[in-house]
Amino acid sequence: MTAPIPDPMLPRPFRIEKVRRDLSDTFTMELVPAEGGEFTFAAGQFNMLYVFGVGEVPISISGDPGDRSVLVHTTRAVGAVTKALDALKAGEVVGVRGPYGTPWPVEAAFGHDLVFVAGGVGLAPLRPAIYQAMANRERFGRVVVFYGARTPEDILFKRELERWRGRFDMSVHVTVDRATGKWSGNVGVVTNLVAKGGFDPSATMAFVCGPEVMMRYSAAALEKRGVARPSIYMSMERNMKCGCGLCGHCQWGPHFVCKDGPVFRYDRIADLLSIREL
Amino acid sequence: MGQPHDLGNIIDEHPFFKGIDSGLRDLLVGCAANERFEVGEFLAREGRPADKFYLLRAGQVAVEVDVPGKQPVVLETMGEGEVLGWSWVVPPYVSTFDCRAATLVRALSFDGKCLRAKMENDPALGYEVLRRFVPMMGHRLASARLQILDLYGPSVAKAVKSKKKAG
Ligand SMILES: Cc1cc2nc3c(=O)[nH]c(=O)nc-3n(C[C@H](O)[C@H](O)[C@H](O)COP(=O)(O)OP(=O)(O)OC[C@H]3O[C@@H](n4cnc5c(N)ncnc54)[C@H](O)[C@@H]3O)c2cc1C
Ligand code: FES
Repeated sequence: MTAPIPDPMLPRPFRIEKVRRDLSDTFTMELVPAEGGEFTFAAGQFNMLYVFGVGEVPISISGDPGDRSVLVHTTRAVGAVTKALDALKAGEVVGVRGPYGTPWPVEAAFGHDLVFVAGGVGLAPLRPAIYQAMANRERFGRVVVFYGARTPEDILFKRELERWRGRFDMSVHVTVDRATGKWSGNVGVVTNLVAKGGFDPSATMAFVCGPEVMMRYSAAALEKRGVARPSIYMSMERNMKCGCGLCGHCQWGPHFVCKDGPVFRYDRIADLLSIREL
Repeated sequence: MGQPHDLGNIIDEHPFFKGIDSGLRDLLVGCAANERFEVGEFLAREGRPADKFYLLRAGQVAVEVDVPGKQPVVLETMGEGEVLGWSWVVPPYVSTFDCRAATLVRALSFDGKCLRAKMENDPALGYEVLRRFVPMMGHRLASARLQILDLYGPSVAKAVKSKKKAG
């Protein structure tokens, strides 16, 4: 007898182990499979998270791909489903479908300088790639993180950024658009940090994640610095339904973002990014 | 103040004047001086004559606006490898913002009046300097425009505290 093929639209129940508030509208959940087992994924992939009775949303995985025991998601509560997710507590159950989508090409970047450019909550989808890079630190030249947030209070994973900055084998540069309180760090857009360099553009791979406008200008700053388009990758967000290439809801030009992305090579999407109607 | 030879080296090594012709560089040296600013000292003040610009060599400068009765608003910070100030090249040569040393700052300053006179007399020097300032001004304008966009969505800075404890 052949085993039944699992329905790709059927979510797997996961129990919320822990919830940590990162910012007043952003939280990180640690999930474990309710029926036991492990969860494997590649850095950059996402899951469809289902809040029972409310709806489903695509959320990137923000944890360590080397740790299969726990599934980590960092979410900003912006609307119906993400707010319902925010209202859940440890012990409650969510449905998970995935992992879906293309990963950050961390292994293809071996032998290069690796530059991460993140904006706002965009640091969350990049974090698994940063973990993976640091677990293989000797395989890279310089590892540089450029991160921009709106204000010092909006800086995601602040303690982790501080910890990374304390390492001798990684440089971390943080900037805010608006200084508040006692902030004594950089003020200005994240593209200014990119413009200052600190990496060898001819041997650099860059991974960019954040609001689309920020990604466009960051890619332009990287290019201006001498990084070739095929060495730049970015993660796109589009509304999704199935998340796995079945419904066409996420179509973007010739691509389905859920299947051909969310991580795209910049030279393959640069033209699409400039089309307003898409 | 450093020797002209040292100043020439500093100019050569600074990204802003990278690749400059040595003859033109020697003309710049005549208007340059090494300077150092302690934390809190001002490199420029809003509304005062913009008689200098700076090649920043080390430290951080806050470009800010004074708001009466409040903390000054920092618009941008600048540091090593950057050039600070372009009001010296645009009439009426008045500084638009306060520029305060946020850390100990080392910089090469250029006397605007001295340099303007040399640029007036030597169009090759004038072109070379403006050729480098114009893209920098364009970049700064683009950055300022991006900065006023609310790129990252609403700030959480003023958001009401939610029921989950901040960690
Ligand atoms: C591949 C992929 C990965 C994603 N990863 C993450 C992640 O790791 N963390 C995360 O917080 N979000 C992530 N998102 C975005 C997330 O899916 C949306 O925020 C979510 O679908 C919104 O659903 P909702 O029902 O809560 O809000 P809706 O009711 O659908 O929307 C409410 C309001 O929020 C606005 N909104 C919708 N989407 C976004 C958005 N992306 N950013 C800002 N405002 C938005 C809408 O315009 C609307 O005004 C990802 C999206 C994709 C496609
Ligand atoms: S969301 Fe259905 S095809 Fe992409």
